[in-house]
Amino acid sequence: MSGTVMERAANATPPKLARQIKGLSDKTIAWIFVAPTIFLLLAVNIFPLIWTIRLSFTNFRVNRANLETKFVGLRNYERILTDSDIWLTMQATAHFLFWTLFFQVLIGFALAWLINRKFKGNDLWTTIIVLPMMLSPAVVGNFWTFLYQPQIGLFNYAIAFLTGADPSSFSMIGEVSLAPWSIVIVDTWMWTPFVMLICLAGLRSIPDSIYEAAECDRASKWRQFWTITVPMVLPFLMLAVLFRGIENFKMFDLVVQLTGGGPGSTTELTSINLKREAFEKWRTGYASAYAIILFVTVFGLASIYVKALNKVKER
Amino acid sequence: MIIDFFKTQIKGLIRLRRGPWEMLASILIALGVVMLMQPFALVAYTYSFFVLLVGTVMFIVVSHFPE
Repeated sequence: MSGTVMERAANATPPKLARQIKGLSDKTIAWIFVAPTIFLLLAVNIFPLIWTIRLSFTNFRVNRANLETKFVGLRNYERILTDSDIWLTMQATAHFLFWTLFFQVLIGFALAWLINRKFKGNDLWTTIIVLPMMLSPAVVGNFWTFLYQPQIGLFNYAIAFLTGADPSSFSMIGEVSLAPWSIVIVDTWMWTPFVMLICLAGLRSIPDSIYEAAECDRASKWRQFWTITVPMVLPFLMLAVLFRGIENFKMFDLVVQLTGGGPGSTTELTSINLKREAFEKWRTGYASAYAIILFVTVFGLASIYVKALNKVKER
Repeated sequence: MIIDFFKTQIKGLIRLRRGPWEMLASILIALGVVMLMQPFALVAYTYSFFVLLVGTVMFIVVSHFPE
């Protein structure tokens, strides 16, 4: 075996094939390499999207595929956008999205700031804090239902210890006013470490020399925090919010395990409602229109968010 | 100062410049999302998707405009 890898590959190529390849331009060869990926992308992403858009204008039901499919125009969209129950699921999603992002950013940044200070056992604490993120959402949902139990749940006992209330006097997942907060607490507990890790990466990327220069200029710690730390971590923080925002918009498994969308439909997020329409009521056309509305919402939000992110990076 | 800002934006809109058009599209998207998720008026929810779709399509189109 002599020569470089390229030489060995060239020698191993059959002469007929080698003659054919020699006649191809660099651009054609590049396309040959990229083509399988493009084909896969078209088959897995673009085709289902176009097919969903097509289905959203029909009354197609996948459990009655033999029935004639009728074109219904914009009727599916009209029904969704005048349905007060779906409007309520949108509000539940907005509540969940806003509060989870708020708490995760706040606590995640605070934790990252604390962990970034050099102290004994720093690595051990990082590992302990990151643990919830490594668990399966189904497992987390399941064991938090036990923690939230009014009779035996640790959470209720902790609240009772702090407030003096009777632990069995309230049920986090059984009461209409508390259930939306129960899912916010669990998601915050599980995903704050993710935001913390991204913030930590941002904090560690700030060179010490900037702080040293600020010290020379007699800038206070408070001033250093607002004029150095926050602006330099902001792109990282915005990236974390983008990831968590998109992920929480389609939150499903954790909430299904924890509350199943109840009590009533107070914690029924759009993804759970969509799944019910598509795979329990089998209204495929209607569910397709619903999915398109959610897709446009996330796509629109992500577009302006990425634009804002680029502006922050340019500064 | 505010009047100057609006004058510049309107000039940019007339001359089909990316910045002002992207800002307009972003405002429409944000307005659409607020309309979709607000708990006050069902009629705003009904028209939210239209506003959102116009904003999103506009954003895709105007991102190809010159700076």
